Amino acid sequence: MGKSIPMNMDRLKTDFAGIKMPTPVMGASGTFGFGVEYDDFIDLKQVGAIISKGITPLPRAGNPGVRIAETPAGMLNCIGLENPGIEKFLSDVLPKVKEKAPDTTFIVNFSAGSVEEFGMMAKKLDVDGVDAIEVNISCPNVKAEGLAFGTDPEVAAEVTREVKASTSKPVIVKLSPNVTDIVKIAKAVEEAGADALALINTLTGMVIDTRTWKPLLGNITGGMSGPALKPIAVRMVWQVAKAVKIPILGLGGISTAEDAVEFLLAGATAVAIGAENFVHPDAVVQVAAGIDKYLESRGLNHVSELIGKVEA
Amino acid sequence: MSKVVENAEILSNRSLSSEVSELILKSPEVAGQAEPGQFVMVKNEAGNTFLRRPFGVADVDGDKLTLIYRLAGKGTKELAELKAGSFLSVEGPLGHGFKLPVDSQAHICDEKGCGMRTVDAGLSLVIGGGVGIAPIIYTARKLAEAGKKPVVLLGTRNASEGFWTEYFKDFAEEIFVTTDDGSAGMKGFAIDAIPEIMKKHDIKHILVCGPTIMMEGIAKKAINDGIDCQVSLEKRMACGIGVCLGCTFEGKKSKKRWKICGDGPVFAAEEVFD
Repeated sequence: MGKSIPMNMDRLKTDFAGIKMPTPVMGASGTFGFGVEYDDFIDLKQVGAIISKGITPLPRAGNPGVRIAETPAGMLNCIGLENPGIEKFLSDVLPKVKEKAPDTTFIVNFSAGSVEEFGMMAKKLDVDGVDAIEVNISCPNVKAEGLAFGTDPEVAAEVTREVKASTSKPVIVKLSPNVTDIVKIAKAVEEAGADALALINTLTGMVIDTRTWKPLLGNITGGMSGPALKPIAVRMVWQVAKAVKIPILGLGGISTAEDAVEFLLAGATAVAIGAENFVHPDAVVQVAAGIDKYLESRGLNHVSELIGKVEA
Repeated sequence: MSKVVENAEILSNRSLSSEVSELILKSPEVAGQAEPGQFVMVKNEAGNTFLRRPFGVADVDGDKLTLIYRLAGKGTKELAELKAGSFLSVEGPLGHGFKLPVDSQAHICDEKGCGMRTVDAGLSLVIGGGVGIAPIIYTARKLAEAGKKPVVLLGTRNASEGFWTEYFKDFAEEIFVTTDDGSAGMKGFAIDAIPEIMKKHDIKHILVCGPTIMMEGIAKKAINDGIDCQVSLEKRMACGIGVCLGCTFEGKKSKKRWKICGDGPVFAAEEVFD
Protein backbone atom coordinates (compact mmCIF):
# COMPACT_ATOMS: atom_id res chain seq x y z
CA MET A 1 0.00 0.00 0.00
CA GLY A 2 1.22 3.49 -0.82
CA LYS A 3 1.73 6.14 1.85
CA SER A 4 -1.19 8.30 2.84
CA ILE A 5 -0.81 12.05 2.49
CA PRO A 6 -1.92 14.39 5.28
CA MET A 7 -5.09 16.32 4.41
CA ASN A 8 -8.07 17.65 6.27
CA MET A 9 -10.92 15.30 5.41
CA ASP A 10 -13.48 17.56 7.15
CA ARG A 11 -12.86 20.16 4.45
CA LEU A 12 -12.95 17.65 1.62
CA LYS A 13 -15.66 15.08 2.38
CA THR A 14 -18.25 15.23 -0.32
CA ASP A 15 -21.77 14.03 -0.95
CA PHE A 16 -22.16 13.67 -4.70
CA ALA A 17 -25.76 12.81 -5.64
CA GLY A 18 -26.03 10.74 -2.47
CA ILE A 19 -22.67 9.08 -3.05
CA LYS A 20 -20.52 9.59 0.06
CA MET A 21 -16.85 10.24 -0.62
CA PRO A 22 -13.85 11.26 1.57
CA THR A 23 -12.69 13.76 -1.08
CA PRO A 24 -14.27 15.21 -4.23
CA VAL A 25 -11.52 13.70 -6.44
CA MET A 26 -12.21 10.46 -8.30
CA GLY A 27 -10.21 8.31 -10.73
CA ALA A 28 -11.85 8.60 -14.16
CA SER A 29 -13.10 5.61 -16.10
CA GLY A 30 -10.54 4.03 -18.41
CA THR A 31 -7.59 5.69 -16.67
CA PHE A 32 -7.89 4.16 -13.23
CA GLY A 33 -8.34 0.46 -14.02
CA PHE A 34 -10.37 -0.95 -11.16
CA GLY A 35 -8.49 1.21 -8.66
CA VAL A 36 -6.49 -1.61 -7.12
CA GLU A 37 -3.76 -1.23 -9.76
CA TYR A 38 -2.77 1.96 -7.92
CA ASP A 39 -2.41 0.29 -4.52
CA ASP A 40 1.42 0.50 -4.56
CA PHE A 41 1.37 4.25 -5.12
CA ILE A 42 -1.44 5.62 -2.96
CA ASP A 43 -3.62 4.90 0.03
CA LEU A 44 -6.86 3.89 -1.69
CA LYS A 45 -8.81 5.17 1.33
CA GLN A 46 -7.89 8.69 0.21
CA VAL A 47 -9.48 8.23 -3.21
CA GLY A 48 -12.84 9.99 -3.53
CA ALA A 49 -14.14 7.21 -5.70
CA ILE A 50 -12.86 4.63 -8.15
CA ILE A 51 -14.71 4.78 -11.47
CA SER A 52 -14.15 1.47 -13.21
CA LYS A 53 -12.97 0.77 -16.72
CA GLY A 54 -16.06 0.65 -18.97
CA ILE A 55 -17.91 -2.67 -18.77
CA THR A 56 -19.98 -4.05 -21.65
CA PRO A 57 -22.53 -6.90 -21.87
CA LEU A 58 -20.00 -9.25 -23.53
CA PRO A 59 -16.19 -9.43 -23.20
CA ARG A 60 -14.41 -7.19 -25.69
CA ALA A 61 -10.86 -7.60 -27.04
CA GLY A 62 -10.74 -3.97 -28.16
CA ASN A 63 -9.25 -2.54 -31.33
CA PRO A 64 -6.32 -3.99 -33.29
CA GLY A 65 -3.17 -2.02 -34.12
CA VAL A 66 -1.73 1.03 -32.41
CA ARG A 67 -3.97 2.21 -29.57
CA ILE A 68 -2.07 5.14 -28.07
CA ALA A 69 -0.68 8.31 -29.62
CA GLU A 70 0.88 11.20 -27.77
CA THR A 71 -0.23 14.70 -28.78
CA PRO A 72 0.80 18.18 -27.67
CA ALA A 73 -0.28 18.32 -24.00
CA GLY A 74 -2.29 15.15 -24.24
CA MET A 75 -2.92 11.86 -25.93
CA LEU A 76 -5.31 9.94 -28.14
CA ASN A 77 -6.51 6.44 -27.42
CA CYS A 78 -8.56 3.92 -29.33
CA ILE A 79 -8.56 1.04 -26.88
CA GLY A 80 -12.02 0.00 -28.05
CA LEU A 81 -13.55 -0.73 -24.64
CA GLU A 82 -11.44 -3.80 -23.95
CA ASN A 83 -12.98 -5.39 -20.85
CA PRO A 84 -13.87 -8.79 -19.41
CA GLY A 85 -17.66 -8.33 -19.85
CA ILE A 86 -20.30 -7.95 -17.15
CA GLU A 87 -20.44 -11.61 -16.03
CA LYS A 88 -16.70 -11.95 -15.42
CA PHE A 89 -16.65 -8.47 -13.91
CA LEU A 90 -19.24 -9.49 -11.32
CA SER A 91 -17.75 -12.92 -10.57
CA ASP A 92 -14.00 -12.11 -10.65
CA VAL A 93 -13.24 -8.39 -10.64
CA LEU A 94 -15.73 -6.96 -8.16
CA PRO A 95 -14.80 -9.35 -5.30
CA LYS A 96 -11.10 -8.50 -5.80
CA VAL A 97 -11.82 -4.77 -5.70
CA LYS A 98 -13.89 -5.11 -2.53
CA GLU A 99 -11.14 -7.18 -0.91
CA LYS A 100 -8.35 -4.71 -1.65
CA ALA A 101 -10.31 -1.46 -1.39
CA PRO A 102 -13.30 -2.29 0.84
CA ASP A 103 -13.69 1.28 2.06
CA THR A 104 -13.35 3.10 -1.26
CA THR A 105 -16.46 4.25 -3.08
CA PHE A 106 -16.75 2.17 -6.22
CA ILE A 107 -18.60 3.45 -9.28
CA VAL A 108 -19.03 1.18 -12.29
CA ASN A 109 -18.91 2.69 -15.77
CA PHE A 110 -20.71 0.73 -18.47
CA SER A 111 -22.03 0.93 -21.99
CA ALA A 112 -24.23 -1.20 -24.22
CA GLY A 113 -25.42 -1.55 -27.78
CA SER A 114 -29.12 -0.81 -27.34
CA VAL A 115 -31.51 0.90 -24.92
CA GLU A 116 -32.73 -2.48 -23.60
CA GLU A 117 -29.15 -3.64 -23.05
CA PHE A 118 -28.43 -0.50 -21.02
CA GLY A 119 -31.35 -1.48 -18.76
CA MET A 120 -30.12 -5.06 -18.49
CA MET A 121 -26.64 -3.85 -17.50
CA ALA A 122 -28.04 -1.47 -14.86
CA LYS A 123 -30.06 -4.34 -13.36
CA LYS A 124 -27.03 -6.64 -13.21
CA LEU A 125 -24.98 -3.91 -11.55
CA ASP A 126 -27.62 -3.30 -8.87
CA VAL A 127 -25.60 -5.35 -6.36
CA ASP A 128 -23.69 -4.88 -3.09
CA GLY A 129 -20.24 -3.39 -3.56
CA VAL A 130 -21.34 -1.06 -6.34
CA ASP A 131 -22.03 2.41 -4.91
CA ALA A 132 -23.22 4.07 -8.11
CA ILE A 133 -23.22 3.55 -11.86
CA GLU A 134 -21.88 5.78 -14.62
CA VAL A 135 -23.55 5.44 -17.99
CA ASN A 136 -21.30 5.89 -21.02
CA ILE A 137 -23.54 7.16 -23.80
CA SER A 138 -20.65 8.01 -26.11
CA CYS A 139 -20.65 4.51 -27.57
CA PRO A 140 -22.32 3.67 -30.88
CA ASN A 141 -25.99 2.64 -31.01
CA VAL A 142 -26.01 -0.56 -33.03
CA LYS A 143 -29.65 -0.02 -34.00
CA ALA A 144 -29.11 3.55 -35.22
CA GLU A 145 -26.32 2.81 -37.68
CA GLY A 146 -23.67 3.28 -35.04
CA LEU A 147 -24.57 6.86 -34.18
CA ALA A 148 -23.59 7.49 -30.56
CA PHE A 149 -26.47 7.45 -28.05
CA GLY A 150 -25.08 10.63 -26.54
CA THR A 151 -25.45 12.77 -29.66
CA ASP A 152 -29.26 12.81 -29.72
CA PRO A 153 -31.15 14.35 -26.74
CA GLU A 154 -34.16 12.02 -27.20
CA VAL A 155 -32.05 8.85 -27.35
CA ALA A 156 -29.86 10.00 -24.46
CA ALA A 157 -33.03 10.57 -22.42
CA GLU A 158 -34.43 7.19 -23.40
CA VAL A 159 -31.26 5.42 -22.21
CA THR A 160 -31.36 7.40 -18.95
CA ARG A 161 -35.02 6.49 -18.26
CA GLU A 162 -34.34 2.80 -18.96
CA VAL A 163 -31.31 2.77 -16.65
CA LYS A 164 -33.12 4.67 -13.87
CA ALA A 165 -36.02 2.20 -14.02
CA SER A 166 -33.60 -0.73 -13.70
CA THR A 167 -31.54 0.22 -10.64
CA SER A 168 -31.67 1.46 -7.07
CA LYS A 169 -28.20 3.05 -7.35
CA PRO A 170 -27.44 6.68 -8.09
CA VAL A 171 -27.13 7.12 -11.85
CA ILE A 172 -24.43 9.35 -13.35
CA VAL A 173 -24.72 9.95 -17.08
CA LYS A 174 -21.39 10.73 -18.78
CA LEU A 175 -21.79 13.18 -21.65
CA SER A 176 -19.87 13.31 -24.90
CA PRO A 177 -18.36 16.65 -25.98
CA ASN A 178 -18.67 15.61 -29.63
CA VAL A 179 -22.03 17.37 -30.01
CA THR A 180 -23.29 20.71 -31.25
CA ASP A 181 -25.00 21.69 -28.00
CA ILE A 182 -24.07 19.80 -24.85
CA VAL A 183 -26.56 21.83 -22.78
CA LYS A 184 -29.47 20.38 -24.73
CA ILE A 185 -28.30 16.81 -24.05
CA ALA A 186 -27.64 17.63 -20.37
CA LYS A 187 -31.17 19.00 -19.89
CA ALA A 188 -32.75 16.02 -21.64
CA VAL A 189 -30.82 13.60 -19.44
CA GLU A 190 -31.72 15.56 -16.29
CA GLU A 191 -35.40 15.53 -17.21
CA ALA A 192 -35.18 11.77 -17.81
CA GLY A 193 -34.20 11.32 -14.17
CA ALA A 194 -30.39 11.21 -14.04
CA ASP A 195 -29.03 11.79 -10.53
CA ALA A 196 -25.85 13.43 -11.81
CA LEU A 197 -23.89 14.27 -14.93
CA ALA A 198 -20.23 13.61 -15.75
CA LEU A 199 -18.55 15.77 -18.34
CA ILE A 200 -16.64 15.62 -20.51
CA ASN A 201 -15.75 12.34 -22.19
CA THR A 202 -12.89 12.39 -24.74
CA LEU A 203 -12.94 14.57 -27.86
CA THR A 204 -12.61 12.68 -31.12
CA GLY A 205 -9.26 13.29 -32.80
CA MET A 206 -6.85 11.92 -35.37
CA VAL A 207 -3.11 11.78 -35.99
CA ILE A 208 -1.55 11.10 -39.39
CA ASP A 209 1.93 9.64 -39.80
CA THR A 210 3.62 11.88 -42.38
CA ARG A 211 6.17 9.19 -43.26
CA THR A 212 3.60 6.59 -44.24
CA TRP A 213 0.59 8.87 -45.03
CA LYS A 214 -1.46 6.57 -42.84
CA PRO A 215 -3.39 7.29 -39.65
CA LEU A 216 -1.23 6.52 -36.64
CA LEU A 217 -4.04 4.83 -34.72
CA GLY A 218 -5.28 1.38 -35.63
CA ASN A 219 -8.85 2.64 -35.40
CA ILE A 220 -8.03 5.76 -37.51
CA THR A 221 -9.62 8.10 -34.94
CA GLY A 222 -9.39 8.08 -31.17
CA GLY A 223 -10.49 9.87 -28.03
CA MET A 224 -8.37 12.81 -26.98
CA SER A 225 -7.55 13.44 -23.34
CA GLY A 226 -4.99 15.30 -21.27
CA PRO A 227 -4.27 18.94 -20.36
CA ALA A 228 -5.04 20.26 -23.87
CA LEU A 229 -8.70 19.44 -23.21
CA LYS A 230 -9.14 21.41 -20.03
CA PRO A 231 -10.42 24.81 -21.26
CA ILE A 232 -13.06 23.08 -23.39
CA ALA A 233 -14.16 20.92 -20.47
CA VAL A 234 -14.30 23.88 -18.07
CA ARG A 235 -16.40 25.83 -20.57
CA MET A 236 -18.82 22.94 -20.99
CA VAL A 237 -19.14 22.38 -17.23
CA TRP A 238 -19.86 26.09 -16.78
CA GLN A 239 -22.51 26.11 -19.52
CA VAL A 240 -24.22 22.96 -18.25
CA ALA A 241 -24.05 23.99 -14.57
CA LYS A 242 -26.10 27.10 -15.37
CA ALA A 243 -28.76 25.00 -17.05
CA VAL A 244 -29.27 22.01 -14.71
CA LYS A 245 -29.93 21.45 -11.00
CA ILE A 246 -28.34 18.00 -10.62
CA PRO A 247 -24.68 17.77 -9.52
CA ILE A 248 -21.86 17.63 -12.06
CA LEU A 249 -18.71 15.54 -12.04
CA GLY A 250 -16.19 17.64 -13.93
CA LEU A 251 -13.32 16.08 -15.82
CA GLY A 252 -11.09 16.64 -18.82
CA GLY A 253 -7.41 17.48 -18.57
CA ILE A 254 -7.06 17.92 -14.81
CA SER A 255 -3.43 17.60 -13.67
CA THR A 256 -3.24 19.84 -10.62
CA ALA A 257 -5.33 21.10 -7.72
CA GLU A 258 -5.64 24.48 -9.47
CA ASP A 259 -7.13 22.71 -12.50
CA ALA A 260 -9.63 20.97 -10.21
CA VAL A 261 -10.54 24.25 -8.53
CA GLU A 262 -11.36 25.71 -11.95
CA PHE A 263 -13.90 22.93 -12.51
CA LEU A 264 -15.41 23.47 -9.05
CA LEU A 265 -15.67 27.22 -9.63
CA ALA A 266 -17.30 26.52 -13.00
CA GLY A 267 -20.00 24.53 -11.21
CA ALA A 268 -18.78 20.96 -10.70
CA THR A 269 -19.50 19.33 -7.32
CA ALA A 270 -16.73 16.77 -7.77
CA VAL A 271 -13.92 16.13 -10.24
CA ALA A 272 -12.16 13.17 -11.79
CA ILE A 273 -8.56 12.72 -12.90
CA GLY A 274 -8.07 11.03 -16.26
CA ALA A 275 -4.92 10.74 -18.38
CA GLU A 276 -2.83 12.37 -15.64
CA ASN A 277 -3.08 9.09 -13.71
CA PHE A 278 -0.87 7.53 -16.40
CA VAL A 279 1.85 10.09 -15.79
CA HIS A 280 1.59 10.53 -12.02
CA PRO A 281 -0.02 7.49 -10.44
CA ASP A 282 -0.62 9.41 -7.20
CA ALA A 283 -2.46 12.26 -8.98
CA VAL A 284 -5.93 11.56 -7.51
CA VAL A 285 -4.60 11.89 -3.97
CA GLN A 286 -2.17 14.75 -4.71
CA VAL A 287 -4.92 16.81 -6.29
CA ALA A 288 -7.17 16.25 -3.24
CA ALA A 289 -4.35 17.31 -0.90
CA GLY A 290 -3.73 20.35 -3.10
CA ILE A 291 -7.40 21.35 -2.97
CA ASP A 292 -7.22 21.11 0.82
CA LYS A 293 -4.21 23.44 0.88
CA TYR A 294 -5.99 25.83 -1.47
CA LEU A 295 -9.04 25.92 0.80
CA GLU A 296 -6.85 26.60 3.80
CA SER A 297 -4.99 29.40 2.03
CA ARG A 298 -8.33 30.96 1.09
CA GLY A 299 -9.73 30.59 4.60
CA LEU A 300 -12.54 28.33 3.43
CA ASN A 301 -14.06 25.63 5.61
CA HIS A 302 -15.35 23.27 2.98
CA VAL A 303 -14.78 22.45 -0.67
CA SER A 304 -18.48 22.99 -1.42
CA GLU A 305 -17.90 26.71 -0.88
CA LEU A 306 -16.19 26.78 -4.30
CA ILE A 307 -18.97 25.21 -6.34
CA GLY A 308 -20.19 27.48 -9.12
CA LYS A 309 -18.57 30.57 -7.60
CA VAL A 310 -16.98 31.81 -10.82
CA GLU A 311 -17.85 35.47 -11.22
CA ALA A 312 -18.92 35.40 -14.83
CA MET B 1 8.09 -6.07 -4.62
CA SER B 2 6.46 -2.70 -4.63
CA LYS B 3 6.30 -0.27 -7.52
CA VAL B 4 7.53 3.23 -6.65
CA VAL B 5 7.93 6.64 -8.21
CA GLU B 6 11.37 7.97 -7.42
CA ASN B 7 13.00 11.32 -8.12
CA ALA B 8 16.30 10.06 -9.49
CA GLU B 9 19.46 12.13 -9.90
CA ILE B 10 21.27 11.84 -13.21
CA LEU B 11 24.85 10.72 -12.49
CA SER B 12 25.85 10.64 -16.15
CA ASN B 13 24.19 10.99 -19.55
CA ARG B 14 26.52 10.30 -22.45
CA SER B 15 26.16 9.36 -26.08
CA LEU B 16 27.46 5.98 -27.16
CA SER B 17 26.90 6.69 -30.85
CA SER B 18 25.04 9.28 -32.91
CA GLU B 19 21.76 7.49 -32.13
CA VAL B 20 22.22 5.76 -28.79
CA SER B 21 22.84 7.24 -25.34
CA GLU B 22 23.44 5.88 -21.88
CA LEU B 23 21.89 7.29 -18.73
CA ILE B 24 23.06 6.36 -15.25
CA LEU B 25 20.67 7.35 -12.47
CA LYS B 26 20.88 7.25 -8.72
CA SER B 27 17.64 5.41 -8.08
CA PRO B 28 18.05 3.30 -4.94
CA GLU B 29 14.45 2.14 -4.54
CA VAL B 30 14.03 1.04 -8.15
CA ALA B 31 17.57 -0.31 -8.56
CA GLY B 32 17.22 -2.22 -5.30
CA GLN B 33 14.26 -4.19 -6.62
CA ALA B 34 14.75 -4.40 -10.38
CA GLU B 35 15.10 -7.80 -12.02
CA PRO B 36 16.44 -8.54 -15.51
CA GLY B 37 13.86 -7.86 -18.20
CA GLN B 38 11.80 -5.46 -16.09
CA PHE B 39 11.32 -1.88 -17.22
CA VAL B 40 10.75 1.63 -15.87
CA MET B 41 8.57 4.55 -17.00
CA VAL B 42 10.56 7.79 -17.07
CA LYS B 43 9.19 11.33 -16.97
CA ASN B 44 11.32 14.35 -17.65
CA GLU B 45 9.38 16.87 -15.58
CA ALA B 46 11.25 19.73 -17.27
CA GLY B 47 10.42 18.44 -20.75
CA ASN B 48 7.58 19.16 -23.13
CA THR B 49 6.13 15.70 -23.65
CA PHE B 50 3.07 14.54 -21.73
CA LEU B 51 3.52 10.83 -21.22
CA ARG B 52 6.24 8.85 -19.52
CA ARG B 53 8.61 6.79 -21.68
CA PRO B 54 9.22 3.08 -21.12
CA PHE B 55 12.84 1.88 -20.93
CA GLY B 56 14.12 -1.60 -20.16
CA VAL B 57 16.47 -1.83 -17.18
CA ALA B 58 19.88 -2.07 -18.88
CA ASP B 59 21.93 -2.63 -15.76
CA VAL B 60 21.96 -2.24 -12.00
CA ASP B 61 24.99 -1.60 -9.83
CA GLY B 62 24.10 -1.01 -6.19
CA ASP B 63 21.81 2.02 -6.16
CA LYS B 64 22.73 2.95 -9.73
CA LEU B 65 20.31 2.24 -12.54
CA THR B 66 21.52 2.23 -16.15
CA LEU B 67 19.15 2.94 -19.03
CA ILE B 68 20.23 2.91 -22.67
CA TYR B 69 18.01 4.70 -25.15
CA ARG B 70 17.79 5.42 -28.85
CA LEU B 71 17.14 9.03 -29.87
CA ALA B 72 13.85 8.33 -31.57
CA GLY B 73 11.70 11.41 -31.10
CA LYS B 74 11.07 14.61 -29.19
CA GLY B 75 11.04 12.96 -25.77
CA THR B 76 14.35 11.14 -26.10
CA LYS B 77 15.99 14.20 -27.71
CA GLU B 78 15.01 16.28 -24.67
CA LEU B 79 16.31 13.49 -22.48
CA ALA B 80 19.69 13.56 -24.24
CA GLU B 81 20.11 17.24 -23.36
CA LEU B 82 19.87 16.65 -19.61
CA LYS B 83 23.08 17.05 -17.65
CA ALA B 84 24.43 15.20 -14.64
CA GLY B 85 22.95 16.66 -11.47
CA SER B 86 19.46 17.14 -12.88
CA PHE B 87 16.60 14.81 -12.00
CA LEU B 88 14.19 12.43 -13.69
CA SER B 89 11.05 10.85 -12.28
CA VAL B 90 11.45 7.07 -12.48
CA GLU B 91 8.48 4.76 -11.96
CA GLY B 92 9.25 1.11 -11.44
CA PRO B 93 10.32 -1.55 -11.45
CA LEU B 94 7.50 -2.64 -13.73
CA GLY B 95 6.37 -5.89 -15.28
CA HIS B 96 7.78 -9.39 -15.11
CA GLY B 97 11.25 -10.03 -16.50
CA PHE B 98 13.14 -13.09 -17.69
CA LYS B 99 12.98 -16.34 -15.73
CA LEU B 100 16.70 -16.94 -15.42
CA PRO B 101 17.75 -20.50 -16.26
CA VAL B 102 19.98 -21.08 -13.23
CA ASP B 103 20.90 -24.32 -11.46
CA SER B 104 18.50 -25.57 -8.83
CA GLN B 105 18.57 -28.05 -5.97
CA ALA B 106 16.27 -31.05 -6.04
CA HIS B 107 15.82 -34.24 -4.07
CA ILE B 108 16.79 -36.96 -6.51
CA CYS B 109 17.24 -40.74 -6.26
CA ASP B 110 19.89 -42.18 -8.58
CA GLU B 111 22.68 -44.78 -8.62
CA LYS B 112 24.42 -42.90 -5.76
CA GLY B 113 21.32 -43.17 -3.62
CA CYS B 114 18.82 -40.46 -2.63
CA GLY B 115 19.71 -36.91 -1.69
CA MET B 116 19.80 -33.24 -2.66
CA ARG B 117 21.53 -32.79 -6.02
CA THR B 118 22.31 -29.78 -8.16
CA VAL B 119 20.23 -29.80 -11.33
CA ASP B 120 22.16 -28.18 -14.17
CA ALA B 121 19.94 -25.67 -16.00
CA GLY B 122 22.16 -25.85 -19.08
CA LEU B 123 23.60 -23.07 -21.19
CA SER B 124 21.61 -19.97 -22.17
CA LEU B 125 21.91 -17.92 -25.31
CA VAL B 126 20.88 -14.31 -24.73
CA ILE B 127 20.13 -12.34 -27.87
CA GLY B 128 19.59 -8.61 -28.27
CA GLY B 129 18.74 -6.64 -31.37
CA GLY B 130 19.19 -2.87 -31.71
CA VAL B 131 18.34 -0.99 -28.54
CA GLY B 132 16.76 -4.26 -27.37
CA ILE B 133 20.32 -5.21 -26.44
CA ALA B 134 19.98 -2.98 -23.35
CA PRO B 135 17.92 -5.31 -21.11
CA ILE B 136 20.12 -8.23 -22.17
CA ILE B 137 23.10 -6.68 -20.34
CA TYR B 138 21.52 -6.98 -16.89
CA THR B 139 20.22 -10.42 -17.84
CA ALA B 140 23.72 -11.60 -18.76
CA ARG B 141 25.15 -10.05 -15.58
CA LYS B 142 22.65 -11.89 -13.36
CA LEU B 143 23.23 -15.19 -15.17
CA ALA B 144 27.01 -14.76 -14.78
CA GLU B 145 26.60 -13.94 -11.07
CA ALA B 146 24.65 -17.21 -10.68
CA GLY B 147 27.55 -19.09 -12.29
CA LYS B 148 25.77 -19.50 -15.63
CA LYS B 149 27.69 -17.19 -18.00
CA PRO B 150 25.55 -17.14 -21.17
CA VAL B 151 26.51 -17.09 -24.81
CA VAL B 152 25.65 -13.61 -26.11
CA LEU B 153 24.47 -12.74 -29.60
CA LEU B 154 24.15 -9.08 -30.60
CA GLY B 155 22.30 -8.08 -33.75
CA THR B 156 23.47 -4.63 -34.85
CA ARG B 157 23.37 -2.49 -37.97
CA ASN B 158 27.04 -1.71 -38.44
CA ALA B 159 30.43 -1.29 -36.76
CA SER B 160 29.39 2.05 -35.22
CA GLU B 161 27.35 0.02 -32.73
CA GLY B 162 30.43 -1.82 -31.53
CA PHE B 163 30.07 -0.16 -28.12
CA TRP B 164 27.54 -2.79 -27.07
CA THR B 165 30.15 -5.57 -26.90
CA GLU B 166 32.01 -3.79 -24.07
CA TYR B 167 29.05 -4.20 -21.70
CA PHE B 168 29.15 -7.99 -21.93
CA LYS B 169 32.84 -8.75 -21.63
CA ASP B 170 32.67 -9.92 -17.99
CA PHE B 171 29.34 -11.71 -18.29
CA ALA B 172 29.61 -13.81 -21.43
CA GLU B 173 30.89 -17.29 -22.22
CA GLU B 174 31.39 -16.05 -25.78
CA ILE B 175 30.10 -13.02 -27.69
CA PHE B 176 28.83 -13.19 -31.27
CA VAL B 177 28.01 -10.07 -33.27
CA THR B 178 26.17 -9.66 -36.54
CA THR B 179 25.95 -6.48 -38.61
CA ASP B 180 23.52 -5.81 -41.44
CA ASP B 181 26.38 -4.59 -43.67
CA GLY B 182 29.15 -6.93 -42.55
CA SER B 183 31.27 -4.03 -41.21
CA ALA B 184 31.83 -5.99 -38.00
CA GLY B 185 31.31 -9.59 -36.93
CA MET B 186 29.23 -11.75 -39.19
CA LYS B 187 27.27 -10.16 -42.05
CA GLY B 188 23.54 -10.73 -41.73
CA PHE B 189 20.81 -10.78 -39.10
CA ALA B 190 21.09 -12.26 -35.62
CA ILE B 191 19.17 -15.37 -36.67
CA ASP B 192 21.80 -16.14 -39.33
CA ALA B 193 24.41 -16.68 -36.61
CA ILE B 194 22.37 -19.19 -34.64
CA PRO B 195 23.34 -22.38 -36.58
CA GLU B 196 27.03 -21.65 -35.98
CA ILE B 197 26.40 -20.95 -32.28
CA MET B 198 24.38 -24.13 -31.91
CA LYS B 199 27.15 -26.16 -33.50
CA LYS B 200 29.68 -24.78 -31.04
CA HIS B 201 27.56 -24.65 -27.88
CA ASP B 202 24.93 -26.88 -26.34
CA ILE B 203 22.22 -24.23 -25.98
CA LYS B 204 19.26 -25.15 -23.76
CA HIS B 205 17.56 -21.75 -23.42
CA ILE B 206 17.15 -18.65 -25.54
CA LEU B 207 16.31 -15.24 -24.03
CA VAL B 208 15.70 -12.55 -26.63
CA CYS B 209 14.82 -8.86 -26.82
CA GLY B 210 14.71 -6.94 -30.08
CA PRO B 211 12.53 -5.94 -33.02
CA THR B 212 9.42 -8.11 -33.46
CA ILE B 213 10.54 -9.45 -36.83
CA MET B 214 13.84 -10.61 -35.35
CA MET B 215 12.19 -12.21 -32.32
CA GLU B 216 9.63 -13.93 -34.51
CA GLY B 217 12.27 -15.66 -36.60
CA ILE B 218 14.29 -16.72 -33.57
CA ALA B 219 11.24 -17.82 -31.58
CA LYS B 220 9.91 -19.94 -34.42
CA LYS B 221 13.29 -21.60 -34.84
CA ALA B 222 13.51 -22.26 -31.08
CA ILE B 223 9.97 -23.69 -30.97
CA ASN B 224 10.82 -25.86 -33.97
CA ASP B 225 14.06 -27.09 -32.39
CA GLY B 226 12.38 -27.68 -29.03
CA ILE B 227 14.53 -25.10 -27.22
CA ASP B 228 13.03 -23.17 -24.31
CA CYS B 229 12.64 -19.55 -25.48
CA GLN B 230 11.55 -16.33 -23.78
CA VAL B 231 10.83 -13.15 -25.72
CA SER B 232 10.56 -9.57 -24.44
CA LEU B 233 7.84 -7.52 -26.14
CA GLU B 234 7.30 -3.82 -26.67
CA LYS B 235 4.21 -1.85 -27.65
CA ARG B 236 3.05 1.74 -27.20
CA MET B 237 1.78 2.19 -23.68
CA ALA B 238 0.63 5.16 -21.65
CA CYS B 239 0.79 3.91 -18.06
CA GLY B 240 3.03 0.85 -17.69
CA ILE B 241 0.92 -0.50 -14.83
CA GLY B 242 -1.93 -2.33 -16.57
CA VAL B 243 -4.47 0.45 -16.66
CA CYS B 244 -4.51 2.12 -20.08
CA LEU B 245 -4.76 -1.18 -22.02
CA GLY B 246 -2.68 0.26 -24.86
CA CYS B 247 -0.39 -2.79 -24.93
CA THR B 248 -2.64 -5.85 -24.69
CA PHE B 249 -2.60 -8.90 -26.99
CA GLU B 250 -4.15 -12.34 -27.12
CA GLY B 251 -1.91 -15.23 -26.13
CA LYS B 252 -1.46 -17.68 -29.02
CA LYS B 253 -1.54 -20.75 -26.78
CA SER B 254 -3.65 -19.71 -23.77
CA LYS B 255 -6.06 -17.44 -25.71
CA LYS B 256 -5.87 -15.18 -22.65
CA ARG B 257 -5.63 -11.42 -23.01
CA TRP B 258 -2.24 -10.32 -21.70
CA LYS B 259 -0.93 -6.87 -20.82
CA ILE B 260 2.64 -6.47 -22.05
CA CYS B 261 3.34 -4.01 -19.22
CA GLY B 262 1.96 -6.04 -16.33
CA ASP B 263 1.97 -9.70 -17.40
CA GLY B 264 5.14 -9.24 -19.49
CA PRO B 265 7.10 -7.73 -21.11
CA VAL B 266 8.69 -11.20 -21.12
CA PHE B 267 6.59 -14.12 -22.35
CA ALA B 268 7.20 -17.71 -23.38
CA ALA B 269 7.80 -17.75 -27.14
CA GLU B 270 4.85 -20.11 -27.74
CA GLU B 271 2.48 -17.56 -26.24
CA VAL B 272 3.48 -14.90 -28.79
CA PHE B 273 4.46 -16.71 -31.98
CA ASP B 274 3.31 -19.93 -33.60
